[in-house]
Formats: sequence, C-alpha cells, structure tokens
Amino acid sequence: MKEVKTDIVVIGGGPAGLASALRAGELGANVILVERDFELGGILNQCIHTGFGLSLLGVELTGPEYAETFIEKVLSLNNIKVFLSTMVLDIKDKTVYGVNKKDGLVMIRAGAIILAMGCRERTRGALGIPGERPAGIYTAGSAQRLINIEGLMPGKRVVVLGSGDIGMIMARRLLLEGAEVLGVLEKLPYPGGLTRNVVQCLEDFGIPLYLNHTISEIKGKYRVEGVIAENLLTREKFFMDVDTILLSVGLIPENELSKKIGVRLDPRTGGPIVDQNRETSVEGVFACGNVLQVHDLVDEVTRESYIAGEGAVRYISGKRKIEGVINLRPGENVRYIVPQRLSLPIDSPPYIYFRPQEPFTNCQVIGRSNGREFSLGSYEYARPGEMIKLRLKRELLDSNLDIEVSLVGEKG
Amino acid sequence: MDKELDIIIIGGGIVGTAIARELSRYQLNIALVEKEADVGWGTTKANSAVVHTGYDPKPGTLMSKLNVQGARLFPSICGELDVPYKKIGSLVLTPNEEGFKVLEELRERGRLNGVTNLEIITQEKLFELEPNISKDIKGALWVKDTAITAPVELAIAFRENAEKNGVRFILDTTVIGFEVEDGRIESVRTDRGILRAKWIINAAGVNSDDIARLAGDDSFSITPVKGEYALFDKEIGNWVNHIIFPLPTETTKGILVLPTVDGNLLVGPNECITSKEDTNVTEEGLKEVLTFAKREFPDLPLNMLITVFAGLRAKELNRKDFVIEPSPVVENLINVGGIQSPGLSSAPAIAVYVTEILRDRGVKLVKKKDFISERKAIPRFANLSWDERARLIAKDPNYGEIICRCEYVTIGEIIEAVRRGANTLDGIKFRTRAGSGRCQGGFCGPRLIPLLSQLLEVSPSEITKKGKESKLVIGETKR
Repeated sequence: MKEVKTDIVVIGGGPAGLASALRAGELGANVILVERDFELGGILNQCIHTGFGLSLLGVELTGPEYAETFIEKVLSLNNIKVFLSTMVLDIKDKTVYGVNKKDGLVMIRAGAIILAMGCRERTRGALGIPGERPAGIYTAGSAQRLINIEGLMPGKRVVVLGSGDIGMIMARRLLLEGAEVLGVLEKLPYPGGLTRNVVQCLEDFGIPLYLNHTISEIKGKYRVEGVIAENLLTREKFFMDVDTILLSVGLIPENELSKKIGVRLDPRTGGPIVDQNRETSVEGVFACGNVLQVHDLVDEVTRESYIAGEGAVRYISGKRKIEGVINLRPGENVRYIVPQRLSLPIDSPPYIYFRPQEPFTNCQVIGRSNGREFSLGSYEYARPGEMIKLRLKRELLDSNLDIEVSLVGEKG
Repeated sequence: MDKELDIIIIGGGIVGTAIARELSRYQLNIALVEKEADVGWGTTKANSAVVHTGYDPKPGTLMSKLNVQGARLFPSICGELDVPYKKIGSLVLTPNEEGFKVLEELRERGRLNGVTNLEIITQEKLFELEPNISKDIKGALWVKDTAITAPVELAIAFRENAEKNGVRFILDTTVIGFEVEDGRIESVRTDRGILRAKWIINAAGVNSDDIARLAGDDSFSITPVKGEYALFDKEIGNWVNHIIFPLPTETTKGILVLPTVDGNLLVGPNECITSKEDTNVTEEGLKEVLTFAKREFPDLPLNMLITVFAGLRAKELNRKDFVIEPSPVVENLINVGGIQSPGLSSAPAIAVYVTEILRDRGVKLVKKKDFISERKAIPRFANLSWDERARLIAKDPNYGEIICRCEYVTIGEIIEAVRRGANTLDGIKFRTRAGSGRCQGGFCGPRLIPLLSQLLEVSPSEITKKGKESKLVIGETKR
C-alpha cells in the first residue's frame, strides 16, 4: 500500500474540490486532491452549455471553460498534488483509503479533510414509478454524459420527468440534437429549477412544461414504448408516445463517506451540519459544494469552497478556536439554512444560504434572536428553485443566542 | 445443426440450469435453449432468494420432499460453485395469541417433513433477535436453518459449470414448435432453426404449460401469480437480522422482510394473478407491500428505497404441487412445471429427481471421469480484504479502476464478466453488481456502454440492457 502524508486532503475534483484545494494551496498548505475520474472538473466537463461564471468571474463561460480556469491554477501550484482515477473507499479518522490502477491501494494521512464529493441524481427506483423496467430511462445527468462526453444519442422521442435545472437543460440539448421533446412534466405547481432555464431552455424552444403532472406508468418490456402521463389535479391521464424518459427529480448530496467518519447530517439538506467555516460536526473535517447543499450556481459553489479551504488551513495551523456556538434554525416558510451553526467568536457577520418552502412574492426575510426581530432583506419574489443568499446582521449576533430565520409575504 | 443431441433442456432458469449442471456429470450430449439473452432472467431474478427448510409444504407432496432434499444440498452446491449462501434463520410472526396455534401446526408439519431446529419463541426473545420489530407482535416460530442465497448468480454458476462440462447453451432462442410423430418429439423448432434430441426436458417456467401444449400435451396448466418487491439501500440492510414472515395463508407465505446476501433490505412479495407477460410494478402493489412492512417495522425509512421490481410465480392451481413427470402423451418429453415457491430451494433436488426419471426411462447414465465439480466466482473487489485487493491489482491493474461507484465494482470484474459470457448491461449487473447500487447505474451506465462496445467489438447502438429490442442508444450525436 502506498502511504502519503499531507496537511489537507480534498475528496472530489469537481468545482468544490478545485476551489477549496486552490484556496488552501494559495495559503501555503500541502494539499492532496483525489478525483475518481480520469480528469479534473467533475460534472462541469459535461455541462457544455453557457451560464457559468457570470457572478464570480464576470464572464459567461461553458462548464469545461469554468473548470479549466481553476484546473490551470491548481496545477500551477507545487504544493497541490492530484491523484486522478482514484476512488476513495474508506476514511478512518483523518486517514483516507483509496484505490487506483497505478499505485494500487493508497493511504493518505492528513491533518484535515475537505469533503467535496458532490451529489447524485435521484433515480426512478427511488420514486417507485410503476410499470415495466425497459431500456431508455435515464437520469438527466447520465443522458448529459452520454451525449456530451460519449457522443451517443439516448433516443428519438423524449419526455422529461421533473423540472430540475439539468432536466430543462437536457430537454433543450436533446432537441438541438434532433430529438423530439414532447414535454417536461412537473408534479408541483411551479418549476423545480431556475426561471432563467424555464425561459431559455423550454419557452424559447417551444417545449411544453406540464405543471401538476407526473408519469403514472412506464410502458414497454425491452425498450420504453411510451408513458402514461397524469394530471394530478384532474386525475386525467393521457399517453405520450416516447422511446426515452429523462428524470430530473432531485439531487442527493453524496455523503456515504461522510457517514463513515461520523459526520452529522442535516435531514433537511441531506448534507453535513456545518458552521460558518464549513467545518462539520467532526473536528477538522470540512464540507463544501453540493455534498453540503445542492446549489443552483457553480459560482456559489466556488465561493463556499474558498471558505472551506480557508477554514481547513486555519484548523491545521492551530489558529481555530471555538468558544461557543449559535444555532441557526429555519423558521416559518424556510426549508433549510446553511450554515446550520455559527462558531464563536465571529469576526464579521457571515452569509447564509437558504430556500423558501414554496413560492412567495413581495416577501421579507426576518431574523429573530433573544426576542428581538430584524429584517434581513426584502424580495419581489422567492422560489424554492432559487437559493437565497444574504448576510446576517451584527445586532442579531450580539446576544450569542440561537437565531431563527423566517420568510413572510404573499404566497404564490 | 450437426450431431444429434441426447437431451434438450428448454428454459434457462434456476431449474433448467440446475438440471443442465446435474446431467453434465454423465456422458450425454446436452443443449439448453433459453429465450432470453442470458440465464436466470425469468422468475429466477425476481423472487425472495430464500432457501426454505421445508417446514411449510403439505406433508406427502412432491414439493415437501424436494424442498427438504434441496435445502440439504444447498450448502455444498453453493460451496462447490462459489455462490453466496448465508444461514440466517427465519421468524414466522404472530400478531396475536391465537396465532401460536398456527405456529405449533407449522412446527408439527415441519416435524412430519423431517425439518428440525424449529422453536416457538416469546415476545421477549423476539425483540432481542429483532430490535426494530413492532411491539404489537406477540411471538414467532424461529426456523434456525433458513438461508438466503443469490438465485441469478447460482443460475449463472450452474451454466458456467455445465458449459465447462460440455453442455451447450443456446441463448436468445425461442422454441416455437415441435414435430411430433407417433407420440414422440422428432424435432424442436426454434426461431433460429431446428434441433433434434432423444429427450426433451421442459423447464420453461411460467411458459412450461405452453411448451407442453406445443407438443400436444395439456396435462397441466400454469397460472402466473405476480409478486412485487421493494429493495432498500444497504444503509438499512441490517434493519432485520432474520427472514421475517407473517403467518402463512392457504396460498402464500406472505410478504417478507429480509436482508439480501449483498446487504440490502428486501420487502415483498404480494400476490396477484396476472398474465405471463406482466411484470409491471403497480402503484397499488407497491403500496400494499410497503404498508405491510410498515406494520411489522413501523420505523422503516421508506426514503431508502432503491428500486422496485416484480416476478411471476408459476403455479399449478389444480394440483397445488410441482409437476415433474414424463408427459402422459409424449413419450420423450419430461415436464418440469409448476415450480413455484419453494422452487429455488428445491432446484438442486429437482435436478436429481429429473435425472432419476431419465434413468427409469432407460437412459444410460454413465458418469464422466473428467467431470469438473467446482467453479470459481468472479472476484468481488468490494468484498475483499485490503491485502487481497492489493494482490489482485498487482496481478491485473484493471482491478484498481472502479467503474461502479456505489458497489465498488472494478473494470477488471467487467472484463471478466464479459469473458464469461455477459453481453448486456443486465448480464453485467447480475454478474458484478455494477448498476445495482443506490444510483442505479446513473454513474456507471454511460461509462459501461462504450466499454461493452469496445470489449464485445460491436457498435454502441448494438449494446442492450437485456437483449432483443432493449437498445440503450440509437447511435452517435451530430458531428
């Protein structure tokens, strides 16, 4: 077994892993970045559409271009070592066990760990969609990989179940590749992804979005031969003549490794419970990106990962002290908050990320602590598909007591 | 086709493959014909995977006899063929005091069938054995010798071992008729040509009555009874320690909750008479199965569901027993039908029983001197120790490259599976577990298509999920 030692080991070479490794490396730490694929960049490599980097870099890039900016910087630093095609199988304390073709088994002893494993897609099985189990059912991300990386077309006539961002992006992608896209079915009364994708991927291309609809049965023994779509309000059913089903029904943070080291998870996000430095419940273990919370924009993943990188460096340098904890609790109409807690002392009020439970218009975000109430911001509209980011107020932190964040406004 | 065969086995399920392997001990020229692209894709791939001890079948039936015999053969067969077999014991629960009477009857029936190691236990002991069980359950019959196994792996192992001993497997080939003369099958017509043999063994599962009828034999009839299942993440694989049964009814052992040999949690099956093509999972069926499990295990986390599937039991409702006998109208046809539960448990004994029928009918059974009784499984990287993994990678670096991130399946295992005959995505899945984890092939699927295309030297659009029209991609994207 090959044994190596480092200050910080980063698991996952996607946007989160790249940014956290980069920041830690820039701050002088020795870093090992472990990636299971043969190249860095993670899921960005198959996201050949544009829209990346607008808020962070001020330019609109494709996924591979966005990844490349960070890969170049990471590779230019001598204190960052990259292990490609290396799968992490286990973690015990601060030791990571991986495997690859070249070295065989690899044991990496580190002072701190950054978890950046991203997320996976929910599957048909997890939803228990009735029917047969033919070929032609793909998660949107798998179809994206097939088309954009492998250059293979999954089918000719497509229905997309779920209006997550990748689902809508893939509806457009398939149409551009010459497939007929019969529609996107969404079981909720509002779309799951960004408004920008509803407009740019569906409306601009005349792809129908069926809200309050689902697939109630899949037909076909060997290959998909159609689906029965159902209107959940009227219970009306109709047949859609498709040979391919794409699923965009949610992303699940991939925390199997996190659980192995006893990291506590937030059932609301599916990711670890972290403080403002993105340190988890296990000392010296940090998390960032989609393994922590499913983001809408890669720019925010990068920002969050910088924080984790800095936190990890502070930890290994012995400068991190925790003198107390403030818990952040989702209140009325708030689905979750990240970070879930704040470690004291706090230098400056941190940013928090959250999503509303359902769509709202003309709404206000309220922070409550110690019986006092502060407005943290007002919004024309808030959608579950669009993450809200705002800065906490200094006054809220004064009492060092737990904080509850709520959203009030008009529903819809 | 060339030389005349001694025996044609129709059907490559657990029964057909077990017969093929058993008969391959003898100097016989044998072929097995299967309509699907691989073995074990009918009832074999969608059942509870339980090796029952045989306390349940009615004493005196063929079922009870072969179940008990089969269960006894199982450990050594799984040992020889390197197939998982875990004796974890089962518990038949009673929700009320009256149920204890039924448990006593079952124990008595077990005694009559020759099954030992049965014990009726109280609530206290039950909660100790199964901490997650509902506090409403009053007690259980503890059947200590019940085991779990891997039915498709066993069918594959039977095939590999039978092939090694000279049996020919003709896959993706459907029997469409017989030429019968003077009460004898002269030839077997398939969609790929004509086969001739002295003896025909009909092990066609839910279709066995149709096969018999093609030869003019309507001596039995199969009713397909669907069972739906829900499979849960390995994270809750240890939710139960035993195979949990409800009190049995006249027709079924009921909905089970049990761990699989791979460490998942399985719930099912329900019971619904249907058509021979119907392996649909329905909304109602899934609800029935999950609601039932929730009654026994109130805290069962349903969000850990990985997949759902359904299988068909081949029931002979008139006889309520296995139909394993020479056809009453066709002289050289042996029917092996109605193999419902406990068909898997009985399969090794069914194979021996069929061999005895052949012997009775005058078939000369001369043992091969060079019979190979053992078969090694494909190495499972995920289940190896660190040292074993290191040795394997040193020998072949392909075992250091993981392609299925949920089940930690390596490229080395995929290559070996293809070498052993896997030529579809499902064939790979059943041999290696690639694609059977929590992401259900989301990660490895798009990577396996090009890899299989390369290994099998065909274009990606020829790669199928499970043979026939189950193509995965239609071709290349625009260039």
